[in-house]
Amino acid sequence: MATLKELSKKDELLSGGHRLCAGCGIPPIVRLILRSTDSGIVASSATGCLEVGTTVYPYSAWRIPWIHSAFENSAATITGVETAYRALKKRGRIPDRDIKFIAFGGDGGTYDIGLQSLSGALERGHNFLYVCYDNGAYMNTGIQRSSATPFSSNTTTSPAGTVIPGKQEWRKDLTRIVAAHNVPYAAQASPHNWSDLSKKAEKALKIDGPTFLNVMSPCPLGWYTKSEDSIKLAKLSVDTCYWMLYEIEEGVLRITYRPKEKRPLAEWLQPQGRFKHLFKPENSAILEKFQARVDLEWQRLNELDGKQIF
Amino acid sequence: MATNTAMKKQTGLTGNSAIAIAMKQINPDVCPAYPITPSTAIIEDFSSYVADGDVDTELITVESEHSAMSACIGAAAAGARVMTATSSQGLALMWEMLYIASGMRLPIVITNVNRALSAPINIHCDHSDSMGARDAGWVQLYSETVQEAYDNLIMAVRIAENEKVLLPVMVCLDGFITSHAIENITLLDKAEVQSFIGEYKPERSLLDIDHPSTFGAMTLQDAYMTFKHQQSEAMTRAKDVVSSVSAEFAKKFGRNYGLIDAYRLEDAEIAIVILNSAAGTTKVVVDELRKQGKKAGMLRLRLFRPLPHKEIADALKNCKAVAVLDRADSMNDFGGPLFNEVRSALYDGETRPKVISRIYGLGGRDYKIKDATDVFDELSAAVKTGKTDTLTKYITL
Repeated sequence: MATLKELSKKDELLSGGHRLCAGCGIPPIVRLILRSTDSGIVASSATGCLEVGTTVYPYSAWRIPWIHSAFENSAATITGVETAYRALKKRGRIPDRDIKFIAFGGDGGTYDIGLQSLSGALERGHNFLYVCYDNGAYMNTGIQRSSATPFSSNTTTSPAGTVIPGKQEWRKDLTRIVAAHNVPYAAQASPHNWSDLSKKAEKALKIDGPTFLNVMSPCPLGWYTKSEDSIKLAKLSVDTCYWMLYEIEEGVLRITYRPKEKRPLAEWLQPQGRFKHLFKPENSAILEKFQARVDLEWQRLNELDGKQIF
Repeated sequence: MATNTAMKKQTGLTGNSAIAIAMKQINPDVCPAYPITPSTAIIEDFSSYVADGDVDTELITVESEHSAMSACIGAAAAGARVMTATSSQGLALMWEMLYIASGMRLPIVITNVNRALSAPINIHCDHSDSMGARDAGWVQLYSETVQEAYDNLIMAVRIAENEKVLLPVMVCLDGFITSHAIENITLLDKAEVQSFIGEYKPERSLLDIDHPSTFGAMTLQDAYMTFKHQQSEAMTRAKDVVSSVSAEFAKKFGRNYGLIDAYRLEDAEIAIVILNSAAGTTKVVVDELRKQGKKAGMLRLRLFRPLPHKEIADALKNCKAVAVLDRADSMNDFGGPLFNEVRSALYDGETRPKVISRIYGLGGRDYKIKDATDVFDELSAAVKTGKTDTLTKYITL
């Protein structure tokens, strides 16, 4: 695995000058992943922050071939590209070079509207890596809830109202849904832990077959947080065990990072404006319920650690 | 003209089989496909060709038509020659991606076996599916017969990939009526097809990693309209390209197709305008009426997108009354889509005929000799009295 120094010397494939927000988690995630292979890369993106922020015509931040077609089909689109690669290589119409294929999507484009397209692409066994940058809502269109939105979060379609205090549902466990497709590799990562993320990306890109990375992506706009706190908050999401770093390789689950001391969930929630209502005295029970759920999920994951789960 | 070689290749095939054979002879690079009645047999036959090594196309058996068109777009942007087939709800599910395929100027070719749209659910023929996609920026060719569907598909590749066009092309044929009925057809050799379509050389490709391109960028107020204008101009140019490709096809293989099929219209006073297989029935009635001394004719559009509006106006210029028969309703209280466009095309003529809209054959309802005869009778009456019954009406009810 490459050292940080080595990684820093690699070509910057997503250039600066893009229009993603200061403090957005997406660029460091994308830049690190694009550095995790020496092969050529072709990428697709779902409609969303990454697409809008990097390609306002006539500019493009992408120094690799890149395609966006629509919101729900980053996976289907890249499978078309990847299949064309195999078809044209077979027919000798393109040079025989190793190319990796990566599909990017936000949680809206992946957990929700793009789930069918992703599922089909995984099941068909295309050789590609799907990366979900999970910032926990439809941030590009103004912070509407998704099925990745944390329980009790205040979004514009699950507002913390006087009767209903934010989102009432638990988030979807997409990583394990993906792993249940019997793909060779699925993992969760976070940009604060560059070494873990890079290692996982490198591993995923070496594997022949569909692989998946679900990456926590802080969003100052939608989380109501300070831009400079993003990486700190990514770390807190992991140290509170809200966002667990693990991988499922050939069906075997392995926790890749354990906090030395598991932090109380409130430490991650409190700095975020989207959870402000939880710190009102009348909502203390919601906070307790949320903490209990996180504890349960961490406990369950530990029970599965090292086991063949698929 | 038809040579002896061509004669011996005559055989009986369903529309679906003929389309699948055309695809086999074209041997596209990639075929993302999702089966749907009544076009399923195309994909089934083609899957067998793949399984048996008759083609070396990469088949992607996607999980939906939306993904089929999405994968077509990805593969076409990667420089592959791409084809698929669908019908009805499948085309409807692709609808979002149809606009993206044409907006990205990708020369994808699709066969649409025309079938009614739900609800109520129905698997039989009408044109509501492709008519629903009429503004999606695809060239649309309609086919009267199995032979024409086969020939259109081969020509579609050339039309789509022409550098003056670079637009996706949809070849339409009638569900069950043409897709499942066996008709006589003269097939070309694979070598003839390959020589006609030539090699596809895309201007740029996602797989050219030394020259990275961004496909599908965000365009704002300063750019979007310019792209749409270019697309619109390409569609305008497509008309001449359809003509020239058809002329070359006629020269090489002896089968001549115009943008329109004007049948006994030279001196016609009354005419039916129609698409696809119902033209056959209409021609029989035209012939019968001609025997009776009635000046009847028929106009069938082979090309609907772009609309050959000048040719339509010219073909119908001597008519006094015209009925445009739509196998789809715009649900607008003002006639079907074909009616509205044909009527508009006639507006600038020196003598405007009476033009009425008749909706027929929805969901596979038969269109018979008597139905066409009744429409011509209505038109004759309109010529006599100078009045039409109602502007729009359902027939074959």
